[in-house]
Amino acid sequence: MSNIPSELKYTKSHEWISDNENGTVTVGITDHAQELLGDLVFVEQPEVGKELEAEEACAVVESVKAASDIYAPLAGEVVEVNEKLEDEPELINSDPYGEGWLFKMKLADPDSLESLLSADDYAAEADQ
Amino acid sequence: MPFIPHTPEEIEQMLATIGADDIETLFDEIPANIRCQSLDGIPPAASEMEIAREVQAMADRDAGALNFIGAGAYEHHIPAAVWQLTTRGEFYTAYTPYQAEASQGTLQLIYEYQTMMTGLTGMDVSNASLYDGASALGEAILMAVRVHRKSKSRKILVPASLHPNYRKAAETIVKHQGIELVELPIDPQTGRIDPTALEQYSGEDITALAIPQPNFYGVLEEADELTAWAEQNNTLVIGVVNPFALGLLKPPGEWGENGADVVCGDGQPLGAPLSSGGPYYGILCCKQAHVRQMPGRIVGRAVDADGKKGFVLTLQAREQHIRRSKATSNICTNQGLVVTASTIHMALLGPVGLRNAAALSMANTRKLVEKAAAIGIAPRFSGEYFHEVALQLGQPAAGVLERMAANNVLGGYDLGQVNPSMADSILVCATETKTDADIDRFIDTLQAAL
Amino acid sequence: MLIFEHATPGRRATAQAPATMADIDLPKRFARKSPTGLPEVSEMQAVRHYTRLSQKNFSIDTHFYPLGSCTMKYNPRACNSLAMLPGMLNRHPHAPLSHSQGFLQMMYELQEMLKEVTGMAGVSLTPMAGAQGEFAGIAMIRAYHDSRGDAERSEILVPDAAHGTNPATAIMCGYKVREIPTDEQGDVDLDALKAAVGPQTAGLMLTNPSTLGVFERNIMEIARIVHEAGGLLYYDGANLNAILGKVRPGDMGFDVIHMNLHKTFSTPHGGGGPGSGAVGVAERLMPYRPIPVVARDGDTYRWLTEDDLPDSMGRLSAFAGNAGVLIRAYIYMRMLGKAGMPRIAEFATLNANYLEKRLVEAGFDAAFPQRRASHEFIITLQKEAKELKVTAMDFAKRLLDFGFHAPTTYFPLLVPECLLIEPTESETKEEIDGFVAAMVAILEEARNEPDTVRSAPHTMPNRRFDEVSAARKPDLRWRPGE
Repeated sequence: MSNIPSELKYTKSHEWISDNENGTVTVGITDHAQELLGDLVFVEQPEVGKELEAEEACAVVESVKAASDIYAPLAGEVVEVNEKLEDEPELINSDPYGEGWLFKMKLADPDSLESLLSADDYAAEADQ
Repeated sequence: MPFIPHTPEEIEQMLATIGADDIETLFDEIPANIRCQSLDGIPPAASEMEIAREVQAMADRDAGALNFIGAGAYEHHIPAAVWQLTTRGEFYTAYTPYQAEASQGTLQLIYEYQTMMTGLTGMDVSNASLYDGASALGEAILMAVRVHRKSKSRKILVPASLHPNYRKAAETIVKHQGIELVELPIDPQTGRIDPTALEQYSGEDITALAIPQPNFYGVLEEADELTAWAEQNNTLVIGVVNPFALGLLKPPGEWGENGADVVCGDGQPLGAPLSSGGPYYGILCCKQAHVRQMPGRIVGRAVDADGKKGFVLTLQAREQHIRRSKATSNICTNQGLVVTASTIHMALLGPVGLRNAAALSMANTRKLVEKAAAIGIAPRFSGEYFHEVALQLGQPAAGVLERMAANNVLGGYDLGQVNPSMADSILVCATETKTDADIDRFIDTLQAAL
Repeated sequence: MLIFEHATPGRRATAQAPATMADIDLPKRFARKSPTGLPEVSEMQAVRHYTRLSQKNFSIDTHFYPLGSCTMKYNPRACNSLAMLPGMLNRHPHAPLSHSQGFLQMMYELQEMLKEVTGMAGVSLTPMAGAQGEFAGIAMIRAYHDSRGDAERSEILVPDAAHGTNPATAIMCGYKVREIPTDEQGDVDLDALKAAVGPQTAGLMLTNPSTLGVFERNIMEIARIVHEAGGLLYYDGANLNAILGKVRPGDMGFDVIHMNLHKTFSTPHGGGGPGSGAVGVAERLMPYRPIPVVARDGDTYRWLTEDDLPDSMGRLSAFAGNAGVLIRAYIYMRMLGKAGMPRIAEFATLNANYLEKRLVEAGFDAAFPQRRASHEFIITLQKEAKELKVTAMDFAKRLLDFGFHAPTTYFPLLVPECLLIEPTESETKEEIDGFVAAMVAILEEARNEPDTVRSAPHTMPNRRFDEVSAARKPDLRWRPGE
């Protein structure tokens, strides 16, 4: 089984969410997702300042033979994107929970974090 | 049976293997009530000898005229080697190079094409080509809208000096996506985009400005000034160029301060015969930063398992076969065979040959204008022109052209078709293929037809 | 070696362009200062270079090329040599009607023949490729609904087995896409279709035979469901070769179709184009055909343009599409004639069913073993991938070493580890038998020396490429000084 850190939150669509405890969260894709996608070659990021709705397709990760949408886990505003991925999309493969983070967003409703999956819930989902 | 190799014995053996009584059985899943009984509207088969005689007769009916029409399709000399090589079966009958290891010929050639086209246009990246110049403009506009995410208007300024059918085709292609093409009028004196009309859009959110060079009337646009306006106004520039002219003209990558953002055009003048309007090919080039928004095939250089260099289709995740409804375009193929011809054509011309052919075309058209002046005919516009010019005849052009055609001289394009106010003017082009005697014949025939 | 690496400054293929530069008065602000970067080579260097490049290609003229969904049949040489008669090549697209009657007659007769073989009321030849024909077709559906004030129709239905162009096209025409699932037999799931149609349905795009290589048996029921909901039925002609002269799209209830003339009517694929995607329409879509169209008035022919078809969905090209391709299709159709058309479907189908049967007998798994193959069929190497760790891609690459172009791999997406195989009618029995022998030999290798298969090809100009690095750091042109 792939790595699913217990301190993070998750979505069914394989995003992880880390609470920065300042009203913002960091979003990335899980180890399981990067394994399924294979070697990534390009990441299309959302614009900083963009207001996202929950579950809105907001970014794309590409491998040689596939392109997959990344969905906003919750409603909020994009405040920063990981610019390193522009030249090194492979960071998502090598370090999905660290240097391979995608973007940070300011949540419209900080309490909405509670609605996301826990590590155990996600592990059960990913198993299916 | 034409093009079917089976002998009766083989058919028997194959049916026995399948376990079917006859070939008809193989169609038993098609509902009987909709089956086609007979194609009565199709004539009986013609042998190669018979069809050759018929087609030769049709070709002869249309042949033999001396042509001075341009208007988006230009007669140039194509070296014999170009199409002899292009119609080699290995180029002619290959498919899209999906299996890179078995398609290195086509792939390397496209990489060479991309290199030549970026050199000619002064741009960073070229794709492997689109269908033609007009549809390439449509794709260039869609691309500009995707690239310029900050611009919300989806308004594109398209000058009236751009080929009328390019404007129509682009409209067809983009109109269902909430994009508005706004016509920018020309200055009736110069035949160029009217700078005061452009000025009215300063400060407005305009996604892109299309700049034809040379424009439909053969006139050279003030590309640097127009690009500078766009740069100040945060508007992208789409260059629409004749690549043949780029042997002499400043490439769009060098217009203004930073150059055009997207460049399109028709590759026909570089190796494609007139051929009733096609197949030609569409050029599409862009700045490096925009490459992921480019539609169509792109070839890249790669290394193989032995570390040896070669070529592959790359950046495929932009395309319809992967991204389906989210693709940059529905386009699948390029115009591979015409690009093959064009690449060989460019290699045979080289930098000096292209420049000299372009210069001779320009000089021949000037010669024609000088001789026309002697019979009282002058250019309609004052703007500098490349190898095509609008001449004002002082009487309905349609009748004059008809009388010239009766003498087997195709004297030009009737501008009344574009704009009724120009019904007394023709668009004429004398490329490097025209001799002094040809130009004299044009003038004599024109004079007689006036 | 690239053509640029053969170049030497000052060398020229002098004979083929003016030797000196004419005097011109080009103002400085328009003039080019930077080099064009074109190579400086002799004519013979160029001829040798491109001849050698051509030899690195597989092609129909050199190899069996059973690329499913692409109809890689023999391209008769007469079609090419006649299309390249000077009278054909030198005709300007704006030539007056007095100098166009030969060409227009040919185009008119081509329109008429295509109407006959498809059962449609009218044809337009202008779309320059299948994808452009699709676009024209869906744009016509849109124009039809709009003209009736039926603006609520916002959705195009597409089977999940469809080619990627179908959904991409619907989006370009401003529609939303709804996918319809396929049942286990490879037919459209009728219950799902019934549940999906409604007042929002603009139309359904269907390929028949489908991309799964089987004939859609419920086509009349599908047509009824879509039409009763007020939608129109679009036929993707990718697989027309399978049914030519056997059953016509017009008789199956389709309102609008495109044809891939580069498949069914044997115009060359040219390394990826030019194609031609002529469209056919039923009576109610006649006003919306893309322009120009050729018409006959008595003994003369002329173009129909904006004045004649004011409700047209528009123009798609600067002139009238890929005329040179259309000429080739015309000549091919004339050489086939009335009796030759259905024979195309018959022998394409015979070859496909024979090849499928032989592969199944050799131990391969057909994706739809209970169905007749159309002109193509799918085998799935799921078992081999699982048990032997040798994938469809490995088989495809190893086939190259045996002198066969690979079938289409990993399409349609519905069938895992698939090869979509289309032998076409022009192949001989012994060629097909040779392909079976190669597949059997590769299966044997997969069992005994799987690394040979996994690392194939071994005899091509290149081994397998690192496509990941190529996509991460795209190298899209040569630069001087390399």
